[in-house]
Amino acid sequence: MQQQNRDNTTTRILVPTGALGISFAEQAFARGVGAKPDIICVDGGSTDSGPYYLGAGTSKYSRAVTKAEWRQLMIARAEGDVPLVIGTCGTCGADASVDWMLSITREIAEELGQTVKVATLYSSQPVERVQDALRNGRIAPLTPAPDISEDSLGECTNIVALAGAEQINAALDTGADIVLAGRATDTAIVSALALRRGDHAGAAWHGAKIAECGALCSTEPTSGVILLDIDQEGFTVEPMAKDARCTPHSVSAHMLYENADPFILYEPGGYLDVTEARYHALDDRRVRVTGSHWAPSDQYTVKLEGARIGGYQTTIMAVLRDERYVANAREWIEKLHRFVTNEIEKRMALTPSGYDLEFRLIGVDSALGALETKPSNPAEIGVLGVITAPDAETASEIGKLINPYVLHYPLTQDEELPTFAFPYSPAQSERGALYEFCLNHVMILDDPMDAFRLEVIEVGHG
Amino acid sequence: MASIGETAFNVRSKNAGPFWVTVDIFCGDEAAFATITEQLSSEDVARLFQQPVETIKRFEIPNLHVVKFSLPRPVVQGDRFDRDMHGAQWAVLLAEHDLDASGGYTLGGDAPGKLTRVP
Repeated sequence: MQQQNRDNTTTRILVPTGALGISFAEQAFARGVGAKPDIICVDGGSTDSGPYYLGAGTSKYSRAVTKAEWRQLMIARAEGDVPLVIGTCGTCGADASVDWMLSITREIAEELGQTVKVATLYSSQPVERVQDALRNGRIAPLTPAPDISEDSLGECTNIVALAGAEQINAALDTGADIVLAGRATDTAIVSALALRRGDHAGAAWHGAKIAECGALCSTEPTSGVILLDIDQEGFTVEPMAKDARCTPHSVSAHMLYENADPFILYEPGGYLDVTEARYHALDDRRVRVTGSHWAPSDQYTVKLEGARIGGYQTTIMAVLRDERYVANAREWIEKLHRFVTNEIEKRMALTPSGYDLEFRLIGVDSALGALETKPSNPAEIGVLGVITAPDAETASEIGKLINPYVLHYPLTQDEELPTFAFPYSPAQSERGALYEFCLNHVMILDDPMDAFRLEVIEVGHG
Repeated sequence: MASIGETAFNVRSKNAGPFWVTVDIFCGDEAAFATITEQLSSEDVARLFQQPVETIKRFEIPNLHVVKFSLPRPVVQGDRFDRDMHGAQWAVLLAEHDLDASGGYTLGGDAPGKLTRVP
C-alpha cells in the first residue's frame, strides 16, 4: 500500500469524485478513507453545463443527491478528523450556492449530532467592484473575450471570481473542519494544502489537475475515488477502486481533457507547465510524476465569470412524418420562416430585428447546423422552433402566433392543409430567461483576499 | 480511403471553458499517429469547422499518439444559436473526415517518453 511509503513531508489528498452529485463507489471511498488522507477535497461545480446555473445562481444537481453524498463525506471527515473542502458550491459558486451548501451542511450536522466549524468563502463580486476595476484598467481580456463596458457589467445577474490556492488556504487557516468555497478553480482546492506545507509547487498544481476529475485519470473513470500524494519532488496518483488502474497513459492523457492547451494551465498567481513532466509507473496501478513546473506571475489575477439575461425563450416542436414533407423539410422551414416573419410583422408590428426565430431540423442537422457534412435519409424529422425575444410575453406571443402554421403550413398553395404531429399540448414551451456568458476576463488584485469574503461559523450540536 | 474515425482509436471533443472547444484524436498506435499527423492538415480542420486556420491550435503528442486541436467556439456556449452545449458532437465531423493522402504536414522532432509541443 502506498501509505507505507509516506513520509511526513508528503501531503495526502483524497478526491472522492469529479463532482459532488455524480456519485462514487462506496467501497473505493472506504479504501481511500482507510489510507488516512490529510484532507478530503471535492469539486461542486463547473461552467460545463452552460450559463443558466451561474445566471440564475442555482445548482444543477438535486438537493437530495447532494445531501446524500455530502453526508458520506461529512461522516468520513469526522472519523478521520481531517478538513473537508468543497469548491464551487452548487454548480456555479455564487454566494447563494454557498449558503445552499451551508444549509445542507447544517442539516446533516444536526442529524449526525456533529459539531462542525465551517468556513464559508464567498466569490460573488459586487458589480461596482468590477466596474471600478474596469475603470482603473485592472480588468484584462482573455482570448476570445466579449466586449464589456460598465453598462454591460451592470446587466450581469451574477459575477464570480475564481479563487485560487491562497483563498482556500485562508479558509483552511481558520482551523475550519469544513470549507465551503464559492467559485474556485477546480485545482485550487486540491493543491492548496500541499502548497501551504511547502511541497513542490509544480507537483501540487499538476497533481491537482490530474486528480480534480476523480477517477477520470484512471482506467475506470466512473469509479470516482482518487488518492493523491504530493511531496517535495513530485506526485503519485492511485485510484481507490480495486479494478481501476492509473497508467502513465491514462494520467498524462488527462491533461488533454477539457484543456485548450494540454501543457499550460493558468491559475491565480501563475501557470503550470507540464512540457517537461515525466510519467512513470510505480506498479500496475500507481503513477509517479516529476518534472512539472510552476511559473509564478508578477501580477496576481483572478478569472471572472459572469452571466446575464440575453432574452427570453419559447420553443415549439412539430414532427414531420409525411414522406413528401420529410423529403422537402428544408424548403418547408424556409417557406414557413418567410411566411411567419411576415405575419409577425403584420400582426404584432414586430420586425425581425426585434426577436430571433430559428427552425432546426432534428434528424438532419440540428446538432451541427451549417457544419453538417453527412446527408441523411430519415423516416421522420423533428422541427424545433426556437424563439428568443427581449421579454417573455413577446416570445410567448410569437409562439402562439406561429403555432397554427407550424401545425398546418402547406408546401404548395393548391393542396389540402396538412397537419403535423405535435408531441404535446400546448405545443409551445416557455423556457423563461436565456442566460449568456458575458465575461472571459481576469481581474488584477493587490491582495488575493481583496475580492473574496470569509466567514466562520459553528453548526450542529454544540 | 479511410476516415479518421476508422484509423484512430477514439476521437472526442469537449468544451474547454465556455469560449473554447477542443478535439482529441487518440490515434492508438504509432502507425495511425504517423498517418493522421501527415495526412490531416490544420487547414482541413479549419475547413471542417468553417473557421480561420489562424485560430486553430494544433498539438501533436507522440508518446500518447494524440493529435489535438483547440479553437475558439464560433458560438459561445449557451448562446441562443448554440446547438451543442458541451461541444461533444463536433468530434464527429473529424471522425467522419476522409484522410486525404495529398494533405501536407510534417511532424517535428520528438523525444520518446516526453510530451512535445508543436507550435
